[in-house]
Amino acid sequence: MQVVRLIIVAVGGQGNLLAAKVLGEAALFAGVPVNMSEIHGMAQRGGVVESAIIFGNAASSIISDGEADILVGFEPAETLRALNRAHADTWVISSTSPLPPFTAALGKGVYPKIEDMLALMAKKTAKVIAFDALELARQANNPLAVNMVLVGALAATGKLPFGPEAVKKAIETTTKEKFVPANLKAFELGFGAAS
Amino acid sequence: MHKLLEDAPGKTLLLLGNEAIARGAIEAGVACGATYPGTPSSEISLNLFQISRETDLYFEYSTNEKVALEVAAAAANCGVRTLCIMKHVGVNVAADALMTLAYVGIKGGLVIVSADDPYMFSSQNEQDNRYYGKLSGLCILEPSTLQEAKEMTVAAFDLSEKLGQPVILRTTTRINHSTAAITLGPISPRQAGGGFEKNPFMLVTVPAVSRKLHTRLLERIEKAVALAEQSPYNFVQGQGPLGIVTNGVSFNYVADAVNDLKLNGRVSILRLGFTNPAPKNLIASFLAGKERVLVAEEGEPFMEEMVKVAAQEKGFALPIAGKGKELFSHEGEFDPALVRRVIAAYFSVLYQEPEKLELSDLPPIPARPPNLCAGCPHRASFAIIKKAAKGKEVMFPTDIGCYTLGLLPPLNAADFLICMGSSSGTAGGFARFSGKQVISFIGDSTFFHSGIPGLVNAIYNNHDFTLVILDNGTTAMTGHQPHPGVDMEALGFGGYNRIDIEKVIRGLGVENIAVIEPLKVKKSIKAVEELFQKPGVKVVLSKELCPLYARSLGKASNRVFAVSDKCKNHRICVDELGCPAMYIQDGRVKINPGQCTGCAVCAQVCPENAILPAK
Repeated sequence: MQVVRLIIVAVGGQGNLLAAKVLGEAALFAGVPVNMSEIHGMAQRGGVVESAIIFGNAASSIISDGEADILVGFEPAETLRALNRAHADTWVISSTSPLPPFTAALGKGVYPKIEDMLALMAKKTAKVIAFDALELARQANNPLAVNMVLVGALAATGKLPFGPEAVKKAIETTTKEKFVPANLKAFELGFGAAS
Repeated sequence: MHKLLEDAPGKTLLLLGNEAIARGAIEAGVACGATYPGTPSSEISLNLFQISRETDLYFEYSTNEKVALEVAAAAANCGVRTLCIMKHVGVNVAADALMTLAYVGIKGGLVIVSADDPYMFSSQNEQDNRYYGKLSGLCILEPSTLQEAKEMTVAAFDLSEKLGQPVILRTTTRINHSTAAITLGPISPRQAGGGFEKNPFMLVTVPAVSRKLHTRLLERIEKAVALAEQSPYNFVQGQGPLGIVTNGVSFNYVADAVNDLKLNGRVSILRLGFTNPAPKNLIASFLAGKERVLVAEEGEPFMEEMVKVAAQEKGFALPIAGKGKELFSHEGEFDPALVRRVIAAYFSVLYQEPEKLELSDLPPIPARPPNLCAGCPHRASFAIIKKAAKGKEVMFPTDIGCYTLGLLPPLNAADFLICMGSSSGTAGGFARFSGKQVISFIGDSTFFHSGIPGLVNAIYNNHDFTLVILDNGTTAMTGHQPHPGVDMEALGFGGYNRIDIEKVIRGLGVENIAVIEPLKVKKSIKAVEELFQKPGVKVVLSKELCPLYARSLGKASNRVFAVSDKCKNHRICVDELGCPAMYIQDGRVKINPGQCTGCAVCAQVCPENAILPAK
């Protein structure tokens, strides 16, 4: 089985780890070997959270710089910051809804323009799928479901070694029962946005 | 039922490494667990704590790692299988107990988890705790995969009982915080009851006893060597004239690199999982006939040294290398590309590195360092202390917890930190020699962990400083674990007592104390200003629940604040507090209502009273 390396970057609190868990469970349902790793620690304190997911027959659970086949970013500046993890054939999926770091509010740095960031991503990688995931999460009646919107977009790329049904099943079994309908709706909206 | 209690051998679950280790302990019939929380080990303890609420497993959050190991040593000497969990630097705290426990030994299996943190994702150093095995004479087991982490935990209990010694299960962050599909094994029944047989001339370590015990320890190490030589955790994979000796997660990167570099048939890998004491004969037989050998291990050259010793004893002269320029570093963690590159270079294999993206034209992206949460009372405490100390030349020893983030601008309230509890100890030395007024910060859990002896010392030696105890009612940094000052009733747990920090301080004889509620900014500043006038040891006890913890207890407020038209754009709120709920839009300060917790600290520092409850 071909190895597929996926990196998800997000700001603490955006639900990166749950997205990774859903994808891991989906792989388990589909019988696809999977190794994942994540950096917790200060995640709750507004820092960057990164998950690495490796599908297929590889022993490693982390991904070196320049070796992610898919990069998913929940926040556009974080997607751009993680571009060193990508290569020329990488597919990039990013939300366009910004969460400027507090350093920008303190005047320590300027938050780049979103259209400039997207143009740079597009120039350097094979494909960029970018849309406002927060808006779609709101449409699904759960602004916290940005993660499920982006998982939906990821499932629509056909780059995962399993289909959208495995992911939907994982959402049903892994996320909290009362959020399942909104999460599935968010998944569908993300899937639609990337199709 | 807790998911790790499922009695379904052969079933596969997606588990975090720490869950796999906890499950291994359950499968081994663990009956006692003790810990002090520390990343990356914390989820092992969390799961066992949860399990203890629904079974006869005894689990405790101890005040520090030394006490945890002492409780564990006693349980294991009563014949009870025990797991003691800590992060790598926690073993330093427990080391006094560890070294002589190795002499005394155990009856029921005792497994000590040392969770090392190469690259220091959330630690103050990246020490390699395999050397504790050498220092103490205890066996070290090191898993490469999560399945192995579970199985080794079970095996570690058996090994411990076979030798009568504790066994150290050494992990790294990429074991603890990786996730994979784990196949469950059968659960051995838990023997929860224990008993103690007196044998003082083998268990009370006066010199005459300890001399006997040291002799016995050396005999046990000999026995352990024989077990390491035969261990299924030390194995050879592949064949060829080139050799790689590796351990832990590095084994995975080596295995992938050998495939990627198409070196199958040329490279033979010796994977060591039972790494102390050294299986010297196994290593020597691996070295026989090799052209050259590379040792791939994160951290220190622990195995490299043992491989070189084994080669010297057999008179082998082949090149053996691991750490060095162009090779592996002592620093940080490995990754697949690094290991691939070093293997290719060391064995002179032609290898074209994949092309990296050219990213020099990326704009600078503002940094996103971790920050105290919106509404964190530590932010208020820092602002209060700094305001009260305005105009004085001050230095701030600090300690380990969320409040270490006071280091960052705009708070800039951290000047010195070495270890848990060092705020109260170092403050005395700085008070004598820094030439500055000393104000030291410590959290409630850290105060109980190791802050109290430093405070006792300061009172006794009459040092002149202020200790600020930031009491947020929980061990926040590592995920809201309880500690001796926590209200366990509020969490729904009976059978605990609660220790009142104020009574402890008063009981020690501190007379100059200001107990403040940091969200009442002006009142607190006044109380602290008055306190600063007093000589000797002074304590500020700043009491306010962690807002994340308050939310989990259902005590969070729904109030949020907004910036009104009265704002004259001084930006004192933003510049002094750095609250992540505040941002600038079109040159004006705004508050994100989704993040604001209604603490109102910004409203109190605003000179125009322009920040008001949102309607």
